[in-house]
Amino acid sequence: MEMTVAQAIVRFLEEEGVKIVFGYPGGAVITFYDALYNSSIKHVLVRHEQGAAHAADGYARASGKLGVCIATSGPGATNLVTGLATAFMDSSPVLAITGQVRTSALGKDSFQEADTTGITMPITKHNYLVKNPEEVLRVFKEAIFIATTGRKGPVLIDIPADIFAAKINYQYPKDVNLPGFKPTFEPHPLQIKKAVNLIKESKRPVIFAGGGIIASEASEELIKFAEKINAPVVTSLMGKGAIPEDHPLYCGFIGMHGAAYANFTINKSDLIIAIGVRFSDRSTGKIDTFAPEAKIIHIDIDPAEIGENTTPDVPIVGDAKITLQRLYNEVDPKENPEWWKQINEWKEKYPLRYRRKENVIQPQYVIEKIYEITKGEAIIVTEVGQNQMWAAQYYKVKKPRQFITSGGLGTMGFGLPAAIGAKLARPNDIVIDIAGDGSIQMNIQELATAVTEKLPIKIFILNNSCLGMVRQWQELFYNKRYACTLFDFHPDFVKLAEAYSAYGRRVEKVEEVESAIEWALEKNDAPVIIDFMVEREENVFPMVPAGGSIDKMMID
Amino acid sequence: MKHTLSILVENKPGVLARVAGLFSRRGYNIESLAVNTTESPNISRITLVVDGDEKVLEQITKQLYKLIVVLKVNDYTDTPVVERELALIRVNSDSNTRRAIIDLVEIFRASIVDVSEKDLVIEVTGDSEKIDAFIKNLEPYGIKEMVRTGKIVMARGMRLNNK
Repeated sequence: MEMTVAQAIVRFLEEEGVKIVFGYPGGAVITFYDALYNSSIKHVLVRHEQGAAHAADGYARASGKLGVCIATSGPGATNLVTGLATAFMDSSPVLAITGQVRTSALGKDSFQEADTTGITMPITKHNYLVKNPEEVLRVFKEAIFIATTGRKGPVLIDIPADIFAAKINYQYPKDVNLPGFKPTFEPHPLQIKKAVNLIKESKRPVIFAGGGIIASEASEELIKFAEKINAPVVTSLMGKGAIPEDHPLYCGFIGMHGAAYANFTINKSDLIIAIGVRFSDRSTGKIDTFAPEAKIIHIDIDPAEIGENTTPDVPIVGDAKITLQRLYNEVDPKENPEWWKQINEWKEKYPLRYRRKENVIQPQYVIEKIYEITKGEAIIVTEVGQNQMWAAQYYKVKKPRQFITSGGLGTMGFGLPAAIGAKLARPNDIVIDIAGDGSIQMNIQELATAVTEKLPIKIFILNNSCLGMVRQWQELFYNKRYACTLFDFHPDFVKLAEAYSAYGRRVEKVEEVESAIEWALEKNDAPVIIDFMVEREENVFPMVPAGGSIDKMMID
Repeated sequence: MKHTLSILVENKPGVLARVAGLFSRRGYNIESLAVNTTESPNISRITLVVDGDEKVLEQITKQLYKLIVVLKVNDYTDTPVVERELALIRVNSDSNTRRAIIDLVEIFRASIVDVSEKDLVIEVTGDSEKIDAFIKNLEPYGIKEMVRTGKIVMARGMRLNNK
């Protein structure tokens, strides 16, 4: 059946099961939008393309499915860049469709032209510029396969305006033929044997679980395996939710602001079983002093992650779920009583805590209350900075895909649009954006999107009238010279919410914290902003100074 | 240590940019580069020389394999290979020096491809050391212009299996 390329793409996306796309129209994609007009695919109109990319990313992280975003050529495409880089760093399956100037205008600095494939090459898993209409469907099939297979990641397809309008015969492409892309899912049996031997010999094993567990839906396998060898499980920030945080084997998340007992546990271990983690500098601190006595089993679907930051004793390339099943079948049950005695001492001596103060709202207290009132069931999306770390420390998640945060790139402005994506992916869950007063202003315009879509997202601003994390560093390492981190002015966030037809409320007294959260949770027809006026000089502890050893923490 | 990598890639627009971009953004310097198609029109071969220890090389290789367009990466460093580079050299030459230069050209099995009153253009092929040596011998006459290709290599004997 003959149709335009634009119509063929829409039909293909329908056949692939895409239900929702996030985007912003423009001249180069107008034909594509015309084709979307009568489609069963829901289009969410964001207010800035960065919001589209983050929303698609949030949708992908919350659902485990492909997230799709659309932008026009030139400025539309360049506005996607931060969102794509965010998805790339956290291995999130996102498909970006961008318009491009007509093929005859390519390379001539035409109106709204940018070298989109050139710009996004380092921040996508792969990208395409389609110049032949006959290639389009094959390219889409490949792109979705690449984005969602192996180590997931964003893929961009750039399509000139005249290609969108060209006529082709629709034929669903069944096969993908990519000789250069063949991820290894099955771990090598010999490596599994070596790993099993190390596990048997170890006295102080620890499992270090990362975002790869969540991406490969391996949570159940992780728990079974951990229980069988009775090993503590620490996570990276991205691994939060890989194991329920009330599970007796859970031992906190490690790193710069990880729990002290988590950092001690991994640093004093004699065997790290690392799964779907990349040993990022935020997790390991100074790599030379990281876990000096530990042997390392490193399991990852991406061979390039193995050996990038550490030298493992047993490298295993494979899918986390399959590898954990293999390991589970091969290992002998194990008890580690001495080790657990030590860990429990650390847990008792260095719990995650903060000093309560009278008559001021402390951000940690706000998170604790949110946790209590939502019974640990809400999807927590965060912005970036102190708010993110307090959310990670004090909201104990139970399930994978329940904690959505920009781990690798640390993108301020991620939270609100990602929360929109998450809420659309999981409409029956409570979705909360834990925000800072700095971050929320980086994509505040997406409040309009949330209002239009009637999404009752709860935006809880921990408002300390400053860029808290940088201010904290300045306090501790720059002699309290608060260069450009204290805000003298803020918009009235309550009025701002109301201006957008959302709900807004300011909380200045500790006694009001609980009732305000409850009030917010009752609102079901529009987003809610609660502006919690918290103490300006509250810091995130524990803290490992950048480049320090993770067992040398500033506790408070 | 210098490594010679031979990378088979899909013959598509932008592939070289992907490969070269990977090197530059991870801070690895490409010392020499040669690209052209192979016996198969869909496949190109990039031969490049890069400096780094085993660990760096392993990481480079893994990162190259992450590129969807990369089919095969061979490190020819410790393999017996036929290695060639080509150089075109324009060197000062008048009637007094022409004979001496022609002798040099013969010794190095190079060839003179252009002659004018004041200079000669010489073509030379061989491994990098041979070309370096030839250039050194020509320097006293005054080299006016020079172009060198990147290095290309092919394994000796049977085709190399990737380690």
